[in-house]
Amino acid sequence: MGTAVTSAQKFERVCEILEQNQKKPARLVPILQAIQDEYRYLPEEVLIFVATSLGVPPARVFGVATFYAHFALEPKGKYVVRLCDGTACHVKQSIPILEAVRKHLGVTEQCRTTEDQLFTVETVACLGACGLAPVVVIGEDVHGQMTPERAIELIDEIKRKEVQ
Amino acid sequence: MTAQFAKEAAKKRRVIICAGTGCMANGSLKVYGEFERQMTEAGLNVALELRAEDDGSIRVSQSGCQGFCQMGPLVTVLPENILYCKVTSADVEEIVKRTLIHGEVVDRLLYVDPATHKHCTGIEQNPFYQQQQRFVLRECGIIDPEDIREYILQGGYSAARKAFLEMSPEEVCKTVLESGLRGRGGGGFPTGRKWDAARVQNSAKKYVICNGDEGDPGAFMNRSVMEGNPHSVIEGLMIAARAIGADEMFVYVRAEYPLAVKRMRKAAADAEREGIFSGNFIGTGMKLRCEVMEGAGAFVCGEETSMIASIEGKRGMPMPKPPFPAQKGLWGKPTVINNVETLVHAVRIIKEGPEAFRSIGTKTSPGTKTFALTGHVANTGLVEVPFGTTLRDVVLKIGGGVTADNGKIDKNGFKAVQIGGPSGGCLTKEHLELPLDFDSLKTVGAMVGSGGLVVMNQRTCMVNVARFFMEFTQRESCGKCVLCREGTRQLLALLDDVIEGRADENTLKLMQTLGHAVQIGSLCGLGKTAPNPVLSTLRHFREEYEDHVLRKICKCGKCKQLLRPEINQEKCKGCGLCMKACPTGAIAGEKKQPHKINAELCIKCGACAKACNLSAVEGV
Repeated sequence: MGTAVTSAQKFERVCEILEQNQKKPARLVPILQAIQDEYRYLPEEVLIFVATSLGVPPARVFGVATFYAHFALEPKGKYVVRLCDGTACHVKQSIPILEAVRKHLGVTEQCRTTEDQLFTVETVACLGACGLAPVVVIGEDVHGQMTPERAIELIDEIKRKEVQ
Repeated sequence: MTAQFAKEAAKKRRVIICAGTGCMANGSLKVYGEFERQMTEAGLNVALELRAEDDGSIRVSQSGCQGFCQMGPLVTVLPENILYCKVTSADVEEIVKRTLIHGEVVDRLLYVDPATHKHCTGIEQNPFYQQQQRFVLRECGIIDPEDIREYILQGGYSAARKAFLEMSPEEVCKTVLESGLRGRGGGGFPTGRKWDAARVQNSAKKYVICNGDEGDPGAFMNRSVMEGNPHSVIEGLMIAARAIGADEMFVYVRAEYPLAVKRMRKAAADAEREGIFSGNFIGTGMKLRCEVMEGAGAFVCGEETSMIASIEGKRGMPMPKPPFPAQKGLWGKPTVINNVETLVHAVRIIKEGPEAFRSIGTKTSPGTKTFALTGHVANTGLVEVPFGTTLRDVVLKIGGGVTADNGKIDKNGFKAVQIGGPSGGCLTKEHLELPLDFDSLKTVGAMVGSGGLVVMNQRTCMVNVARFFMEFTQRESCGKCVLCREGTRQLLALLDDVIEGRADENTLKLMQTLGHAVQIGSLCGLGKTAPNPVLSTLRHFREEYEDHVLRKICKCGKCKQLLRPEINQEKCKGCGLCMKACPTGAIAGEKKQPHKINAELCIKCGACAKACNLSAVEGV
């Protein structure tokens, strides 16, 4: 009983999300999306908690969490910088932007988040804003017709805001 | 009602600001706010709400994507139908004072045709819109996507009502079959046949799903429709539901389209609130339900059976067909899955009849198709043309010509068009007169696909393009079928061999054999079509592959490993700038004497070429 109360407290928000989705295993994808919005990633203990609550094996929850590119099992930075590498962006030289941003922030393809947990740099297949290629999305803001210089400027601007 | 509304609306003064993803990225919401402020300040009566009565006020509204994203933010002023491009909040004051108050046109904000350098006042003069015939996109860019009343006033939901009240499910299927409508998601399967297959199934529960998981990189037609006219998608779904006897509807939208998700959700909630799904409106005992699901970033979920698995809360892996979803789909029940564009066409077919639809396009591919025109063209954006329009008309007329890397128009710049995304193929100069439709494209080894058209100029390396798509499908392969999972990986490795100069003659043969094996040995569309970009570039640009493999050169200068930078001994004046710029000290030479590059030390970074004022460094 005691442990149930503590875990319920610890996972209060997760419980709410589960309730909103009527604890249906069929709603697993929206449940995980809501949890990721809350935690910015999917912590292992939360996934196990979700599996137990839905009455499905943890393997199934992990299977889904690792299958979809949108889910992250490691914490993401406060600002997620997503560089579009769709066809239109690619032919309009998106890779030099990616390289410049990675170099500027000191991240790599494997190690995507900066040490101060401020930025995560990702690529995305297509954001559907091909008319503005090449495109960079920081948080929710879409920035079009990018160049390596402008992308770095945007990042520095956020850095300055954060320092203040 | 519709005609009268259109007439009334056409007379009224109205300012429409595009609020599609593209224009919003360029700051259209700021422009919207500034219009409100400036107009109030100027003492103009601003109406933000749609009103039936005419009180002399000017309506300022947002619209969905108008398709001309590169020129955004777009502002349309009615009734003159003036289209202003790249409007910033600083321009608003001038528009309010000159256009709204004095009725003048602000020339500097008009679109300038890059070919003729003429100013185009409205969309009638604009070559980008002139050649188009907009049906699916007609209302996008005019109506406010977040206002259901506007859709209803334009005659919205009348087709759904007609399907439920005046037609039997059989008649709906028959009408759509007669229209010749073929699925716009890529396959081109006759929609009426698909619906009929689900209709005849004996099951109390059936489902309809709208496939808005537009994963092809370089395609954004469905995004624009979902953002610009979400109610038309829901109405199409309702017609599909009537055709097969379903009461539950799903809209599956990919996660990369947050605005489309938001607008579809609002549209579904508004329709529910206004009683569109209720038994009263559709005249049946049952009530419809509509849920909008957000994808989670898996390309394979655009495949029908994978999408079903994803909605069921599982990993999005495909299942063998048959049984087809029409027989056994979501939760084992008969299910119909249609593309966004297909559903919007269905609305029109029910409203205007199959003959009107057939009168456009070709015999076997009737109707219009939207294409996302991107890449190296002057006008990028959404293009809706009748099937059968030639590639030349789309790329050179609507697209305004091919651009060089510096953005200027290059008359001889056209090299290829990649059509249909990672499942499609390439079209070259010899295909410029080819009519774009399902069957003609098949004959040249390409496909309509979802409708992405990426134009590439002479400086684009086709091996690199093939590699780009291969990398994409390799990453997105779900891993179920061995040949797709491992085959794509090996194909990618072989392409890397070509690009990095390790390949020999056998590599190309092996690529072809392996490509065919992957096509045969995969379950779903992803694997079956994954080798297409490689096979198609091999077919049309064999010379370019041979250059890479046999002569170890990349004429476009895009494959770094194959570059051989050299200093033109005649052009070099020995200024030493390149020597200073070289990070590895690979350049040597006496002052005022031509310099030379030491190939062993050179890392082919191109710093020397950038530093040289005389363009003496060649081949990098």
